Amino acid sequence: MAFTPPKETNTGKVYSVTMGNGEKAVTVGGENVLPFHGFEGVVPNRPVIAFDVLDIAPVDWPDTVREVYAGVSDDPVKWAKYCVEKLNAKAVALRLASTHPDNGNRSAAEAAETVKKVLDAISVPLIILGSNHAEKDADVLVRAAEVAKGRNCVIGKAQEANYKTVAAAAMAHDHLLIAMSELDINLSKQLNIMITQLGFNKEKVIIDPMCSALGYGLEYTYTVMERIRLAALTQNDATMQQPILGDVGMYVWKIKEVSASEDILPAWGAMKERGIGWEAQTAAALLMAGAGLLIMRHPDAAAAVDAFITELM
Amino acid sequence: MALTGVEIFKMLPKTNCKKCGFPTCLAYAMQLAQRKVSLDACPDVSEDAKQKLGDASAPPIRPITIGAGARAVKVGEETVMFRHEKKFVNPSILAIAIKDTESGDAVAAKINDCLTSEIDRVGQKLKIDALCLINESNDAGKFEALARAAAEKAPAVAVILSTENVDAAKAAISHFAGKKPLLYGATEANAEEMAKLAKASGASLGIKANGLDALSTLSDKVKGLGVEDIVLDAGAKTAKEMIEHNTYIRRAALKKGNKSLGYPMINIAIRENNMLETLIAGLGIAKYASVVVLSSAEKWKNLVMFTLRQNIYTDPQVPMQVEQKVYEIGNPQANSPLLVTTNFSLTYFIVAGEVENSKVPTWLAIMDCEGLSVLTAWAAGKFTASKIAAFIKESGVESKISNKELIIPGYVAILSGALEEKLEGWKITVGPREANALPSYLKSRTA
Repeated sequence: MAFTPPKETNTGKVYSVTMGNGEKAVTVGGENVLPFHGFEGVVPNRPVIAFDVLDIAPVDWPDTVREVYAGVSDDPVKWAKYCVEKLNAKAVALRLASTHPDNGNRSAAEAAETVKKVLDAISVPLIILGSNHAEKDADVLVRAAEVAKGRNCVIGKAQEANYKTVAAAAMAHDHLLIAMSELDINLSKQLNIMITQLGFNKEKVIIDPMCSALGYGLEYTYTVMERIRLAALTQNDATMQQPILGDVGMYVWKIKEVSASEDILPAWGAMKERGIGWEAQTAAALLMAGAGLLIMRHPDAAAAVDAFITELM
Repeated sequence: MALTGVEIFKMLPKTNCKKCGFPTCLAYAMQLAQRKVSLDACPDVSEDAKQKLGDASAPPIRPITIGAGARAVKVGEETVMFRHEKKFVNPSILAIAIKDTESGDAVAAKINDCLTSEIDRVGQKLKIDALCLINESNDAGKFEALARAAAEKAPAVAVILSTENVDAAKAAISHFAGKKPLLYGATEANAEEMAKLAKASGASLGIKANGLDALSTLSDKVKGLGVEDIVLDAGAKTAKEMIEHNTYIRRAALKKGNKSLGYPMINIAIRENNMLETLIAGLGIAKYASVVVLSSAEKWKNLVMFTLRQNIYTDPQVPMQVEQKVYEIGNPQANSPLLVTTNFSLTYFIVAGEVENSKVPTWLAIMDCEGLSVLTAWAAGKFTASKIAAFIKESGVESKISNKELIIPGYVAILSGALEEKLEGWKITVGPREANALPSYLKSRTA
């Protein structure tokens, strides 16, 4: 008997979201099927990998990934240019880590200055992230959004505690917005609704349901992303149709598996490959669950994920 | 077509003998209707009923065991497309490929990699499950030599024999009598002979075709030849084809009741680039492959794949738990801080991660609260002052630290008074509510 493929088409569709402007602008989303299901629908855009750049030299990164940026990590402008020019980054995520009260407590004005310099140096889309201190981020991101006006950046992360201020800043200066909640589809949906109730365009939001590393709760992130995508596609839930962010690097490059040497744990094998593999596999798993935008750190991990995407498209 | 529980009940003995493990025949029938149990559990069912119920009660994806004894591995029996619906049942088998054109040393090294691959992670023992012997030479003698080496050096390990050459298959399979190998190589061209050989050797049969239509036809053909245990390969060469084939096969079996494709699948993940190969294997693990064949099994790569497999196959409805004990993070000393929290795996991972982040060596006491998070465990009466006190006393941590101070999660600040009463001589300190505040909290204590 001839086999008829059991195709499933959906009523819903993920919004196409374009970041940046000009020739280097990139678009994510736009698919009307589950990740990489081009065989039963439309998957118009490749997922995008943004490279993580800090505004302060990363003292606590494991050597495997710190060494890669040893010559440039003292200056975010050099670092961002290195990612674009040498590593062929399609987007950069500038993390204003030094604004955290425990990590230098740099002022919003200083941070804005850094944002401006980085923007002047690169033409690829820029994701501007605070230090994940809800209160301070509200200050920092308002100033950052202001100086980044006209560049169609991605501002983040808006969370329950600061979304009004952060969303207002992104809206006032025509940026996109990352909405972050903690590993729960209902919280994610609720935050999206609250943000759109402020008058923010729902098609300019990117969902961050909170990342977790392989072996450290990845299954939760994987399943929340998968459920968000199913809600968007099969239930046509307009509050869940935004592209999803996997903020992979920062969750991976702090765990034991990427920093414990083979001398201490021979059963775990070569440390460098293990670290790169860990970041790559975390990212690849989240792509399969529905992430369309990734923030990564090690260029070899990013290259492997890029090759993986190429084979899947 | 699937029968309802009541329709099935009418064909059962109706003796309520409980031999199946259920209190009544009706209860058992309901489970049969949901394909949660097998008809084999009823010893008294009539042959006639067996015939009628056979199709209806068979799981939509047939369970297949590869190998025998302690290292036998079971695949198939999956019931859902997405892991939040219900647990993925039988984790993908990871197999290392060994070609019969490789040197004796290379063969020995790969067999050794397989035998020494076991790693303990969060209480589970994880390993490379199988060897996939490949008849690259297309020579029967060489393939037999490889089979002999594998059978001698790794007699307990499940084996996959990959060849389309019937003579080579015959020569190799003789070394695995009674060991239920997977004979992976039936095609349209050799189906009759391969089916015969698989039946005669007690092997399951891997069938290969180009595309799903041809695969479906081939599956019906070998089933018609009397083969019951089938493993499917629609010939995917790329990740794009893998996800298409695997999704369609799983969907056809689960949602359309397609019997021709109601079998486990095998995917070849082998790639030039080892990092890419790892990710392709990950695709197989997450997206429905029951057997994933790899070119190598370095320890770092194993840990990555094992951990992903463990994550994907975790039961989403049962909170993952970590072992109750006092974990040492960053080589703590007598004057290092002592934190206590619950054994919900996510709580543990986040707290342990933030403590590592702080670079402050710390004793982390993880208490068994049946996998509940702090607030839930507290509300459920499992994370109470008296239970925490008993755990801390029994843990023996007291002898390892110099000042008796216990830091409790900020969310249960209310417990501090009662805890000071129960833990005489201890100072109870209320820590932050959220784990992400731990680095600054711990650093400020030592400053």
